[in-house]
Amino acid sequence: MAKGNAARSRSTAGTKPAASARTGTRAAGKSPGKSPGNGSREPEFVQLLTPDGERVEHAEYSVDFTDEEYRGLYRDMLIVRRLDTEATALQRQGELGIWASLLGQEAAQIGSGRALRPQDMAFPTYREHGVLWCRGIDPIMPLGLFRGVDFGGWDSRATKMQMYTVVIGAQTLHATGYAMGVAKDGKCGGDDDSANEAVIAYFGDGATSEGDVNESFVWASVFNVPIVFFCQNNQYAISEPVERQARAPIYQRAHGYGFPGIQVDGNDVLATYAVTEAALDAARHGEGPSMIEAYTYRMGAHTTSDDPTRYRIASEVEAWQQKDPILRIRRLLEKQQIADASYFDEIDAEADSHAADLRARVLALPDPDPATMFDNVYPNGSPVLLAQREQFVAYHAGFESKGSGH
Amino acid sequence: MAETMTIGKALNSGLRRAMEDDPKVVLMGEDIGKLGGVFRITDRLQKDFGEDRVIDTPLAESGIVGTAIGLALRGYRPVCEIQFDGFVFPAFDQIVTQLAKMYTRSGGRVALPIVIRIPFGGGIGAVEHHSESPEAYFAHTPGLKVVSCASPHDAYWMIQQAIRSDDPIIFQEPKRRYWEKGEVETSASLDQVFPLHASRVLREGTDCTVVAYGPMVRVALDAAAAADEDNGRQLEVIDLRSVSPLDLAPVYQSVRRTGRLVVVHEAPLTGSISAEITARVAEECFYSLEAPVMRVSGYDVPYPPARIEEEYLPDLDRVLDAVDRTFTF
Repeated sequence: MAKGNAARSRSTAGTKPAASARTGTRAAGKSPGKSPGNGSREPEFVQLLTPDGERVEHAEYSVDFTDEEYRGLYRDMLIVRRLDTEATALQRQGELGIWASLLGQEAAQIGSGRALRPQDMAFPTYREHGVLWCRGIDPIMPLGLFRGVDFGGWDSRATKMQMYTVVIGAQTLHATGYAMGVAKDGKCGGDDDSANEAVIAYFGDGATSEGDVNESFVWASVFNVPIVFFCQNNQYAISEPVERQARAPIYQRAHGYGFPGIQVDGNDVLATYAVTEAALDAARHGEGPSMIEAYTYRMGAHTTSDDPTRYRIASEVEAWQQKDPILRIRRLLEKQQIADASYFDEIDAEADSHAADLRARVLALPDPDPATMFDNVYPNGSPVLLAQREQFVAYHAGFESKGSGH
Repeated sequence: MAETMTIGKALNSGLRRAMEDDPKVVLMGEDIGKLGGVFRITDRLQKDFGEDRVIDTPLAESGIVGTAIGLALRGYRPVCEIQFDGFVFPAFDQIVTQLAKMYTRSGGRVALPIVIRIPFGGGIGAVEHHSESPEAYFAHTPGLKVVSCASPHDAYWMIQQAIRSDDPIIFQEPKRRYWEKGEVETSASLDQVFPLHASRVLREGTDCTVVAYGPMVRVALDAAAAADEDNGRQLEVIDLRSVSPLDLAPVYQSVRRTGRLVVVHEAPLTGSISAEITARVAEECFYSLEAPVMRVSGYDVPYPPARIEEEYLPDLDRVLDAVDRTFTF
């Protein structure tokens, strides 16, 4: 969908671009409440769309989408959820080694992903399937990784989407270094806004405990680089609740590093879009880093290897089901008569078609030629490795010439 | 044109030339700017190239390497300085998991031309964590290359070759030799000098081959001179230069003539570079060997307090003792 139709609430976008992103600075002064924990307190997030599908106003953030764009957000979220469901099924049927489901986090990913401009660079974790979708990456790409036929497969330069990162938090430093390069190249804060670039680093609540994430905050702050740290607080790091990672709300950490932090309803695609767009704008305008905590919930397991019934109760999941990100925008579309039953049927059918296509193509993914494991280890090659490859090939050729097969 | 300079100055001059040759080369590290690094290897470079290209970083090694990866993804060629060998481990994940694997994981699309300079080894009377030899960790990691220079000439050229290479390279500098002087032929072209990942025979001999790298090359050369003087034995000394990948063809050729091999390094023995060399020489030169391969190394202990480090570090006598033992079979 087209960017730029979400009206920046601040009409003075050119002169005080970071004003709205600094909302969190004020919130930081508030008492965290009686409970030291993060998950049990009522969040103070930016919300533009309630779970009931009501549009609500916010003093500093708003969106002004066309009907088509509203439908587009719904379509994005519905399709990525349908693809995610298909991937989970494929794992259960033994076609994927493992799958990390995004169920419940569609608004956080589509809202932030659609706020990116084509020139912005994204650094994902391993769960950003929705952001991949926004970047126009073939949905089969991450399934190659989880099936075990490659390590991802998309072109990070062409798609402006870096590779998945499995070791938690490491990508935030890469994103920060990349953003240092953007600044060195004079690609932020310039007069021609269309030439300015921003970087977004995705990570989760668990990652905030990692040293790399803290180092990236330090670096981004002292070098004032054009980056948005986008934390999807989905409440769990596998089995550990966010209270095991943080005593204060995560977004408040930003202030200690000297840049703005803000919390947004991560199940509200409109608010996520508006807040991310403002933060990216600020970064592109040379205002430096900021952090967004998208307060959301991982509705499924950490991965298909996980059993969430061991560490959380059903009523908690049911309570979050009432805040479902897709349900609420569907309610909005219905209430405002932006879409009718036939539209929803049409999108369901389209999503099913995407899922069937994905399934067929996953099943057809060939295993790589084993000798390719020796490819692409060094840009300039290695004679030692070449010798090992030759031995490997000769060993296997020996079986073939004997006709024994194996 | 030949100039006499120290290894430290040769590295400084090599870095300067690399920065002049390619505006994408940036230096990153702790105290490398105004101070010029704790060993002054980057002396005056920030003054001449600016804070944008010689970056005093926050004090966090993982951050240095992690952000260098990001800069490389953006098209830069970062050269990271890790202040001391013992401080590289906070960056271990970024080096072995991120830096080493990116080219493979990206299907060959994304090269990370990053050099990580590490002053390494002991012999300077330092406090703990300042005298280590971590090369085996990195040599054991597919995707990384590891080199070490032993002379001013090699320091000058190898640092430039490493920066020019698209491979991620761990560049271990023999810190106890920083002040040793030698001739540097500076007028050659980078494309024509001796290859980066090649070992080199420094002294020819017929009786026993001695292989070393980094700070131990000087010890090996001294041992060869002493052996000649003591009993006329002619030791052939080979500087490995590239720890990974190993270039062992000159070693095989030498051992096939001498029948004897002694490998010298400061790092602990078990799982070391000498273990790899020994195994490969056994495979390639089995019928030429007159004696088992002997190894002279540090011991399998944490690097000892400085007052006894001379007992830990291989020296001329221990090398000659090992050579003598190869003649007892």
